[in-house]
Amino acid sequence: MIYWIVFLPLAGFIYCAFLGTRFSDRYSQVITCSFLTVSSILSWIIFFKFFSTTETQTFHLLNWITSGDFLVNWSFRLDTLTAVMLVVVTTMSTCIHVYSIGYMSEDNSISRFMGYLSLFTFFMLTLVTSNNLLQMYFGWEGVGLASYLLIGFWHHKESANKAAIKAFVVNRVGDFGYTLGIVGIFFVFGSVYFDTIFSQAENYADQKIHFLVFDFSTINLLCFLLFIGAMGKSAQLGFHTWLPDAMEGPTPVSALIHAATMVTAGVFMVARMSPLFEYADTTNIFVTFIGASTAIFAATIAITQNDIKRVIAYSTCSQLGYMFFAAGLGAYNAAIFHLMTHGFFKALLFLSAGSVINALHHEQDMRNMGGLAKKMPQTMILMWIGSLAIIGFPFISGYYSKESILEIAYFTNSSVAVYAYIVGIITACLTAFYSWRLLFMTFHGNSRVPREIWNNVHESSKVMIIPLVILAVGSIFSGLFFADMFTGSEKEIFWYGSIVIKHDHHHMPFIQTLIIKLSVAFGIVFAAIIYFYKKELAKTLTSYLNPLYVISQNKWYIDELYTKIFVKPAFFLASFFWKYIDQKSIDSFGPDGVSRFINLLARGASRIQSGLLYHYVFIMLGGLVLILSWFVYK
Amino acid sequence: MLDWPVLSFTIFLPFVGALIIIFIKETDDSITNIKWAALSISLGTFVLSCLIWFLFDKTNPNYQFIEKYHWFSDFKFYYHIGVDGISLFMILLSTFLTPFCILASWESIKQRVKEYMIAFLVLETFMIGMFCAVDTLLFYIFLEAVLIPMFLIIGIWGGERRIYASFKFFLYTFLGSVLMLIAIIYMYQISNTMNIEELRNFKFDKNVQIWLWLAFFASFAIKIPMWPFHTWLPDAHVEAPTAGSVILAGVLLKIGGYGFVRFSLGIFPEASYFFYPLVFSLSIIAIIYTSLVALAQTDWKKLIAYSSVAHMGIVTIGIFVVNQQGVEGAMMQMLSHGIVSAALFLCVGVVYDRMHTKQISFYGGLVNRMPRYAVVFMIFMLASIGLPGTSGFVGEFLTILGAFKFNIFLAFFTASGVILSAVYMLYLYKRVVFGTIKNEKLKTILDLNSREIIIMVPLLIFVFIMGIFPNLFLDPMRLPIKNIIINYELANGK
Repeated sequence: MIYWIVFLPLAGFIYCAFLGTRFSDRYSQVITCSFLTVSSILSWIIFFKFFSTTETQTFHLLNWITSGDFLVNWSFRLDTLTAVMLVVVTTMSTCIHVYSIGYMSEDNSISRFMGYLSLFTFFMLTLVTSNNLLQMYFGWEGVGLASYLLIGFWHHKESANKAAIKAFVVNRVGDFGYTLGIVGIFFVFGSVYFDTIFSQAENYADQKIHFLVFDFSTINLLCFLLFIGAMGKSAQLGFHTWLPDAMEGPTPVSALIHAATMVTAGVFMVARMSPLFEYADTTNIFVTFIGASTAIFAATIAITQNDIKRVIAYSTCSQLGYMFFAAGLGAYNAAIFHLMTHGFFKALLFLSAGSVINALHHEQDMRNMGGLAKKMPQTMILMWIGSLAIIGFPFISGYYSKESILEIAYFTNSSVAVYAYIVGIITACLTAFYSWRLLFMTFHGNSRVPREIWNNVHESSKVMIIPLVILAVGSIFSGLFFADMFTGSEKEIFWYGSIVIKHDHHHMPFIQTLIIKLSVAFGIVFAAIIYFYKKELAKTLTSYLNPLYVISQNKWYIDELYTKIFVKPAFFLASFFWKYIDQKSIDSFGPDGVSRFINLLARGASRIQSGLLYHYVFIMLGGLVLILSWFVYK
Repeated sequence: MLDWPVLSFTIFLPFVGALIIIFIKETDDSITNIKWAALSISLGTFVLSCLIWFLFDKTNPNYQFIEKYHWFSDFKFYYHIGVDGISLFMILLSTFLTPFCILASWESIKQRVKEYMIAFLVLETFMIGMFCAVDTLLFYIFLEAVLIPMFLIIGIWGGERRIYASFKFFLYTFLGSVLMLIAIIYMYQISNTMNIEELRNFKFDKNVQIWLWLAFFASFAIKIPMWPFHTWLPDAHVEAPTAGSVILAGVLLKIGGYGFVRFSLGIFPEASYFFYPLVFSLSIIAIIYTSLVALAQTDWKKLIAYSSVAHMGIVTIGIFVVNQQGVEGAMMQMLSHGIVSAALFLCVGVVYDRMHTKQISFYGGLVNRMPRYAVVFMIFMLASIGLPGTSGFVGEFLTILGAFKFNIFLAFFTASGVILSAVYMLYLYKRVVFGTIKNEKLKTILDLNSREIIIMVPLLIFVFIMGIFPNLFLDPMRLPIKNIIINYELANGK
């Protein structure tokens, strides 16, 4: 069954690649969507099976690389974690495939688009079903490739091409760490298979390794390297710059890849490696710190952005930060739970935003929106549901997952946990603020849409609304249904050793939960005041807090900084090496220099050969004198 | 195995074919015949080499299909050829690429077609002979002989600065080889043999090894090429016709790597250990430095030439860490690079045939007119940057693995090539293929024709086969490499 789930999307891609342009686009749409639907139905069947039978299953397909003692196969693994990810990936992907039929209906390479989406899904599925680190890397790089292709889908746009390269390269920097991590794990454990690694992890808990000039604990170093990869893929602080730019791609792409699935691969990987991360105490502190910092950092940017997709993109960064700090504190189940609920509501938010963008003819600037509730009531309701879910409105999905993350931060006894907890609450407030800012600027108040567009604005077609409704249902109920299994009383039976579970279970004191709720409510009210009731307040605030506002508006100048310290010097060095070292030094002293020298020598020698008899006679005479005198003096 | 000398047949079939072609008079009508004759001969050679692959016994670490005839009566010089797991795929690579070279030149070569085809067939004979040679002097003869047709190909059918480039290529590589010849003569004087296997068992004194190693190094480091001996390569590539670049990048660069494994590691293990810091430093410089230089290039072929130097840096690291993963990774990297860089040069050739310029700034937006081309080029580009599932990944990964076993620092630098290669290749691809067509001349450019598709498809298939079933290639080379490593470890008392 797992083969069908994984390879059906690949079949869809192959159809689109080879036959897609030959037949009507409609066939590509039907084939990819139906394949994905089958795949997701199968995933749900497997998922429900995992409520009772919980044995880890492995499937061996083919040998891949055998070299000395290094052995790796194409093989698949099925446990609870995989089953959860299968459901998340295939469900989101199916919804987004169907949605794309409507969204991309006016594009002229529909088949290519559907093919790329299916290709992405295939790679994502190999990533989550892999039985070893190297095959996971195959999926890992593969989703990076699909993301590159899809960001640059509109390849006539210069900005899209740049964003695509940026995404790929930044991810590659992360992958650099990840590769070293895999290699290091093989070096230490002698295998890249999860089972073998986990069963030995304990033995290496105290081992040290020498790197650079320091002695590191082996597992800390390995986990750190792996986490670098996760930071790249999940756009964590420092590596986050590619994600907002990735919004150049079509909106379904942003929803599928850059919100619901691919960017969560980092979180998935950390959870998958949780038996190893358990022993990496220092790295875990780092993970928590980065996660929490990313959460608040991205949120501070999100509150001032005007591009609707960028707001949601920064919000994604921020939510990923939540997942990482949960993982860093050892609450892998909470991280995965948030991953799942986030998948639903973030896809919903993105696709609703896409619906708005589509209606406004690719207008993404929220300053040119407003009052759309009248024209697009369904989209408005869906967006509200998504926003309620993201802020953690009681009994909607985000509530359960975010609460359990903050809970773990509250009960963990360390300074970084305190930091994470405080940051978590502030971020929750900021989240509420930017979410409602988005709602008010888009759907409520007076319309700022140009008149000629305004008259044509209409609700999106059914094919776009139905997937949204499915996602909305998921956003509302996934928390309620699964809370017990993921983080509640049944968690140990449900996860069954596929990830590490902390045994303790407390409830936060009422006062703490009240603080969280109040801070969220404060965020909403504040947004309502500024963007709905008293608009002039926004201007006053901006002018009072001008420096802060400018910093946030310009994303803390990180992009400019990177251009200054990485991009410019690289190009400078490149032309310096080429012009001055390669050409002016190596070549002109090396081969060219030698040939010039020989030329000079030859010219000197040829001058002796003048063709004049008395020159030759003179030289002969001189020679004779020399030889004779040598004989005489000997 | 076979009662007829299949190896000699493979070596000399192209040569005999070339002799036959000499007797065809070149007229407008017979040009097609010449091309077809050359193509069918090279295909026949490929079939023969596949037969060797098919009959090859991968459980035997020694030379197979051995033929040995005494050549000179005065001293021990034999026509002694054989194949083992290390040379098997080098031979296959040569025979695999030659038909594509002939196909790629089908329309682009308009003058002296007959001589051109003869040059390629003769070149093929020499290349196969070189990889088959078990006798050091025989190896040397073929190695030098390879330069002649290549020199002519660049010098006669090349671009504007072809004379400069061909002389630079010839003299530079010749200089290295001459030093090697001296070393071979000296080795013969001490050991009284020129057989590679016997030389391996003959223990040279360490000081002698060091000098001999340096002499061989001069030859191979220029061939492969290592920094700072690489400057002939970009010039040669830029001026060579497409097919010339294909052979140059696909096979001739591999001579260096092959020689390092066969001679430096095999015969001079102690000196190889002595010199590893030198090799690693040069390799790391090559990876980082040439990757950066590639970024600054404005000429498409030069960019790929520089990327080759960086890739070969990974190969030399893999070879000199001397463990199973490292050496196998280096071999895989060479095979992969042989196919991928050849394919990339063919990709350049496709548009060069249409537009007659290799300036990157001339192009842009090709995808609008050439969607098939864009796909093919994309796949080769991804293989070049080592995406898992393509051929480039296996070699690169195994090399990093081997390097990590040796030293974590080394792995760190080797892996940095992963980032840089992505930067310059994606940047190239963006400038050439994506965007809108700004240049008026490009508005009528045509997509791949059926001949070009026939060239690209087998290469694409091999890129994926090598990425997904690399064991097909790793299995035969396992035992011979293991022998070399054991020998190396014994010599250095590990």
